Amino acid sequence: MTTTATDPTAAGSLPGSRGFDELPRLMGLMTGDEKHGPAATSTLDALWVLYDRVLRVSPATAADPDRDRFLLSKGHGPMAYYAVLAAKGFFPTDWLPGFGTYDSPLGHHPDRTLVPGVEIGSGSLGHGLPLAVGTALGLRAQGRTGPAVWVLIGDAELDEGSNHEALAFAGPAGLDRLHTLVIDNSSATHGWRGGIASRFEAAGWSATTVDGRDHRALYEAFRAPHPGRPHAVVARVEPKAPARQTAPARAA
Amino acid sequence: MDTMRERFAAVTSRLLDEDPRLAVVLADIGADGFADAARRHPERVVNVGIREQLLVGVGGGLALAGLRPVLHTFASFLVERPFEQLKLDFGHQGTGGVLVSAGASYDWPSGGFTHMAPGDVALLDTLDDWTVHVPGHPDEAETLLREAAAAGDDKVYVRLSVQVNEMPRPVGGAGFDTVREGRRGVVVAVGPMLDSVLAATEGLDVTVLYATTVRPFDGRALRAAAGAAGSSDVVLVEPYLAGTSTRHANDALADRPHRVLGLGVGRQELRHYGQLAEHLAAHGLDPQGLRARITGFLGA
Repeated sequence: MTTTATDPTAAGSLPGSRGFDELPRLMGLMTGDEKHGPAATSTLDALWVLYDRVLRVSPATAADPDRDRFLLSKGHGPMAYYAVLAAKGFFPTDWLPGFGTYDSPLGHHPDRTLVPGVEIGSGSLGHGLPLAVGTALGLRAQGRTGPAVWVLIGDAELDEGSNHEALAFAGPAGLDRLHTLVIDNSSATHGWRGGIASRFEAAGWSATTVDGRDHRALYEAFRAPHPGRPHAVVARVEPKAPARQTAPARAA
Repeated sequence: MDTMRERFAAVTSRLLDEDPRLAVVLADIGADGFADAARRHPERVVNVGIREQLLVGVGGGLALAGLRPVLHTFASFLVERPFEQLKLDFGHQGTGGVLVSAGASYDWPSGGFTHMAPGDVALLDTLDDWTVHVPGHPDEAETLLREAAAAGDDKVYVRLSVQVNEMPRPVGGAGFDTVREGRRGVVVAVGPMLDSVLAATEGLDVTVLYATTVRPFDGRALRAAAGAAGSSDVVLVEPYLAGTSTRHANDALADRPHRVLGLGVGRQELRHYGQLAEHLAAHGLDPQGLRARITGFLGA
């Protein structure tokens, strides 16, 4: 679980950017606590590998039409996202302690109009993948075949029907610059029989499932070739909580 | 005369040739009208299939990528079904696009209530900063569609209908147009209601304003008309849910004693099929029904 040599084209090579080891401290600035539950950190490793080694976007290119796009659809628990963006210099780390306060641009769900480098305002589930499909179509229509579009969703977010509309369309449409990262912390109420990747594969996507804490495996999955089809990476992490066993509402 | 929808497809197809920023998103409905345009511009005419949430999400994504999306389907599937997508995928993202609906309140009465959307404008009214065009004639629809396509990153709704006035009027800009002047009150006719309003007010001493752009609401024109008429009694005649614009009329006249009557489609589902004219009559929106209620209210 170590980061290897940095891709020289990615944001990680920027002078002054911080390393993965800094992220717990940055997240601690938002909560006053450096120990975070799995829900808050479920996305941390995957986000880091993306921003450090895969995405061609940096603070200097955040408005470049040919930048790679990363859309955080799962806008809940964005501390890891904010920590990564701050570590990469998209905004000052001294924004972090204000997390969620009235005058802070950093809310409990991100707002693209307030935070540099944030591509979509999110929080309501099921919007990111359709927006990513439209973004990929829009880039292609302008002849911008370089930029990759990435969207991060949660396994429970995959329950939303809007995601299935997008998933079913993107495969046959051959949107090969579109990438979906599914963080699977087993929080979907009914689960996904046959596995999440099978849903994407059935719709004509390339799909792979990896350990969401293994940076090398994540990197390889992110960079896997997928000619002519969109690509999904399912990153498995520890379960969010044993909610299905406890049934708190009925026990109360 | 072609229908507004036919004009929409023809005009927008031409605009696609002229404006490389324009893109059309469809959800199967209306796709035939864009078949030629889709051959010429396969990457800017996108049919997502019967997926209305995706229709709006894709439109929002196209706008994020810098294009000007035009989204089309029936009003019930464009505004009502994916309403949260409209709220978040355009407004919250700080982007815009053009929604072009068909079907209106009851363009296809024999299709029943599943294809009726009298509440569309009221629903959009819960969101900020949407321009709403309600043309009353295909020629007006063409002008307003061209205006909408060229309106930068504005959020624009164009409500097309088979209900039309006999003759087109000059439209465009955002203002209400004075059709008749009188002294007993002001009647605002929205889009396709104009002919019926003119018939209903024949011989009455009232001012008639014609409104095809209802949002922003031209409160200034209403105030001026009320001032000129010497009466702040106002009747709004809208082809969608009754009272949709009443709040705006009240706001425009807030500094003076006034009365407002909002006429339009009733809330209660009729559970009748039939023809457009029968639905207009049932909602009191035919000339006889309008005349009775307008004269009753104005004492004219």
